[in-house]
Amino acid sequence: MFRNQYDTDVTTWSPAGRLFQVEYAMEAVKQGSAAIGLRSKTHVVLACVNKANSDLSSHQKKIFKVDDHIGVAIAGLTADGRVLSRYMRSECINYSYTYESPLPVGRLVVQLADKAQVCTQRSWKRPYGVGLLVAGLDESGAHLYYNCPSGNYFEYQAFAIGSRSQAAKTYLERRFENFMGSSREDLIKDALIATRETLQGEKLTSSICTIAVVGVGEAFHILDQETVQQLIDAFEIVREEESPPAQPQPTAEPAAQASGADQAATTEQGDVAPMDI
Amino acid sequence: MRLLTELLGTPTEADLGVKGTTYQSQLPELRLKEKKSRSSLLLSIQETSSIMGSVAESQRTLYPYVTGSSVVAIKYKDGILMAADMGGSYGSTLRYKSIERLKPIGKHSLLGASGEISDFQEILRYLDELILYDNMWDDGNSLGPKEVHNYLTRVMYNRRNKFNPLWNSLVLGGVKNGQKYLGMVNMIGINFEDNHVATGLGNHLARPILRDEWNENLTFEEGVKLLEKCMRVLLYRDRSAVNKIQISKITEEGATVYPPFSLKTYWEFSAFRNPAAGAAGSW
Repeated sequence: MFRNQYDTDVTTWSPAGRLFQVEYAMEAVKQGSAAIGLRSKTHVVLACVNKANSDLSSHQKKIFKVDDHIGVAIAGLTADGRVLSRYMRSECINYSYTYESPLPVGRLVVQLADKAQVCTQRSWKRPYGVGLLVAGLDESGAHLYYNCPSGNYFEYQAFAIGSRSQAAKTYLERRFENFMGSSREDLIKDALIATRETLQGEKLTSSICTIAVVGVGEAFHILDQETVQQLIDAFEIVREEESPPAQPQPTAEPAAQASGADQAATTEQGDVAPMDI
Repeated sequence: MRLLTELLGTPTEADLGVKGTTYQSQLPELRLKEKKSRSSLLLSIQETSSIMGSVAESQRTLYPYVTGSSVVAIKYKDGILMAADMGGSYGSTLRYKSIERLKPIGKHSLLGASGEISDFQEILRYLDELILYDNMWDDGNSLGPKEVHNYLTRVMYNRRNKFNPLWNSLVLGGVKNGQKYLGMVNMIGINFEDNHVATGLGNHLARPILRDEWNENLTFEEGVKLLEKCMRVLLYRDRSAVNKIQISKITEEGATVYPPFSLKTYWEFSAFRNPAAGAAGSW
């Protein structure tokens, strides 16, 4: 039942100085289908893979608009993600009621991280099982943050979370140095290619991915399916390009029917300690 | 932040009448207090306290005590200029002669106030806390004049909704990212932006002058001259104005409040020498 005697409640340390429940929560993020974010000086693009957990069902929404200048992509427990994005929406609307100006992205991210942290220090709570890529634009430019269940947050140039995100990260790591000066279209193209990398041979179509953009003069919005398909066709991303599989793909194993974990059919075999994210 | 919901009027459970004392119950109590004479006021508080609980003991501002007179402010080439005298009137008595009513707020804003001085001091406390909390983020973002003005609007309107207004007219000017900002908010929450604003009697005596003579490209010297002209008219015709005036500017570089000075006046006009001449029998 339990892997060891230290993982019954969130607040109990293992002798090695770990909090297993928090680490398990971060595992939940890896079970979710992939979410990808990248940014230039002026734009941030979010992308995600939509997987339905049954042929009979639709997929769940993984990208949420928070405000005109902020949006999130989630991986992990979708239900937790919705709760957190509702919190973010209310923080944004309260700020603009008081100051008639948009909430700085970094501040929202800190508030969100503080909220997640509380759940790692209360015996009667559980950590949120969701990772959030927060994309936003404010006075100081475009930002991309990753918020994780442990209460940590990081700012990124480009990042990917969720199942098989390592493939996308590898692609992004090869390319990120040019992102700062990228045009909006180039960012979307890279987002689509990175998304394809996580698909393991499956064909990239607009029905299995969602793209959202926020940038200077462009409020956060999710691109409609038609537009995404046009972009995929225009960039000819469908056909297998050179992309050498430099990275050995993680062995796919059937998901342990993680109830509620969003839709992904495989788990990623990470050999680093989850805390090292 | 400690007082944020309380100050800004985001509805709480108590406001919505969910718990205990309801919001409406304060209303008849207020009317009661206003109608009754002072001698019976204590009695009425004792009477109502058993029904109203702690609500009855609360004190509201029903009229101001020590007040400051007009503030006049204009946009000029490099930012905002503001002028106010340093008098504090206790009713119609000129009780205080050295009250500063122009204060820098944060890095980008300048606040001028007329009306109840103690309420202005309370507003300054709110703003100190606001700016402190803003600085504590230490993230390179800071509240600009527009944000501060909107915050003040929320505070003022919220207090009037509690039938306990902060008895002031506030002028908020500033510059941030090359953007000049000048706005006003009064004790009941009415607020607007303009190229030049004036509170109190200044609204009647200074605004017409500003409408005629203001333009966007005033230099600092021209701006100060225009403000002095306004303040001189106010000094002559506003009985609560005093001849000790402060001028303050705010530009991209920050705010400066200049030391107080006096205007040259000439009181030998015949109308000043014999003010009742044109109104026989009135005095």
